[in-house]
Amino acid sequence: MNGFSLLFGPEGWGGLLLEGAIVTILLAVTTVPFGFGSGLALAVLKLSPNRVVRAFCEGFTTFFRGIPDLLSLFIVYFGLQALIDRASKLAGLSSAIELNAFFAGVIALSVVVAAYSSEVWVAALNAVPKGQSEAAHSLGLDSRKTFFLVLLPQLIRIALPGLGNIWMVLLKDTSLISTLAVIDLLRAASEASKNTTRPILFYSAAAAIYLVFSILSGLVQSNLERRANRGFA
Amino acid sequence: MLQTLYAEAADLFNFEMMSRYGWRLIDGLWITAQVVTISVTLGFLLAYPVCLARMSRNRVLSAAAVSYVTFFRGTPLLCQLYLVYYGAGEIRPLLTDLGVWWLFREAFVCCIFAFSLNTAAYQAEIMRGALASVSKGQIEAAAALGLSKFRISRHIVWPQAFIVALRPFGNELIAMIKSSALAAIVTLLDLMGQTRFIFARTFDFLIYVYAAIIYLVIVEIIRRVWGLIERSCSRHLIAATPATHSRGQDESRISRAGRHGLSHGGSPQSQGA
Repeated sequence: MNGFSLLFGPEGWGGLLLEGAIVTILLAVTTVPFGFGSGLALAVLKLSPNRVVRAFCEGFTTFFRGIPDLLSLFIVYFGLQALIDRASKLAGLSSAIELNAFFAGVIALSVVVAAYSSEVWVAALNAVPKGQSEAAHSLGLDSRKTFFLVLLPQLIRIALPGLGNIWMVLLKDTSLISTLAVIDLLRAASEASKNTTRPILFYSAAAAIYLVFSILSGLVQSNLERRANRGFA
Repeated sequence: MLQTLYAEAADLFNFEMMSRYGWRLIDGLWITAQVVTISVTLGFLLAYPVCLARMSRNRVLSAAAVSYVTFFRGTPLLCQLYLVYYGAGEIRPLLTDLGVWWLFREAFVCCIFAFSLNTAAYQAEIMRGALASVSKGQIEAAAALGLSKFRISRHIVWPQAFIVALRPFGNELIAMIKSSALAAIVTLLDLMGQTRFIFARTFDFLIYVYAAIIYLVIVEIIRRVWGLIERSCSRHLIAATPATHSRGQDESRISRAGRHGLSHGGSPQSQGA
């Protein structure tokens, strides 16, 4: 069979690739709120006056930034599984609970993204002048309102380029989840090429889809940055 | 007393596993070192022509360089590695005719091939940014003094670009060390591969933690050494900049994460420098 009908024909593998592509996007998009959110929390804790908290958060970041992403995923994935096994044994459950691979993948990616993004958030937190929160306080805003209405919008503007880079890394890191039991885009391409012995065709197709995602992300990112920088020279 | 202490320690450090499999980690570390050193060096050699092509006025050349860089930075390294590793098997007759099949049969060579092409794309961008950071006035002034093109490059542009590029190059080296763990997925027994092997034998989760500590130590050593190199290369600049080390400036120091400080395409104004 020629490449075209292998991809788009009725017996073709295009459908599987498409499903894989959707899983890839879902993985990345689901990770964003958890990853960036806990990254921001980590950043706030890193600036806390408590030394122990600060040291713990710095240690967490140093660890997950300094080791291969693949190793981080394995550590979180197998570590979670071990924790769950131990917990279910303590609870006296007879059958072991299997971790859903998709959500384990999201958690693992979130840990990596949180570690990376916390550095971006710390830089952003330092870049917002202190007078901003002081002014908000003197206007009578409580600390919650100060954070969400005054600081966060400015933080996002400053952090956007850095977060955009991390999004790109995240998009590509989802491919590592294919080594666990999730059928993402890369895994779909692997399945297809194993069944047809046409790896070049299918991995090129997968690469092309990743490339489209990357280029689209780049466009969206520069758009968002332009929007966020309205009113700034 | 001693026995309980030993038992406590054995809980944190599996002596039996390490005495049986410890040498495998050393072996793996050696392979990782080879893969990274060779790939980064080949990548560097390849990056220079790519960078020149990217900056050339010839439209075809620069478009080709841009596509190369976009492809290798826009797709996952694992996908590129599969393309090389499994793709080589598919075009085996062609490779045999070319007389290079014996090379591509080895996972080691496939990894180096894929990693070199990948890092070349990133390094080319680093070089471009560094070369572009040298102000035009410097080159014009040198030309006005009658220096030849080669001398302008050799004595004016490169020394200044080198200092700018040093830190991103360090980050790229660290990124490659971390990325090299992907080699384990295509059966190469590097540090990560040996770790997986030991885990498959012992089911002791701790082995992943040991591997993580080894990676951390390597990355930290490189960070320190790079800091020293950088300080000695920019001695003449230190006096001019006030020595403030606030937390906000952490961004500008060499990072453990590697590439994450680098712009991945997107807005052109955020690139370079």
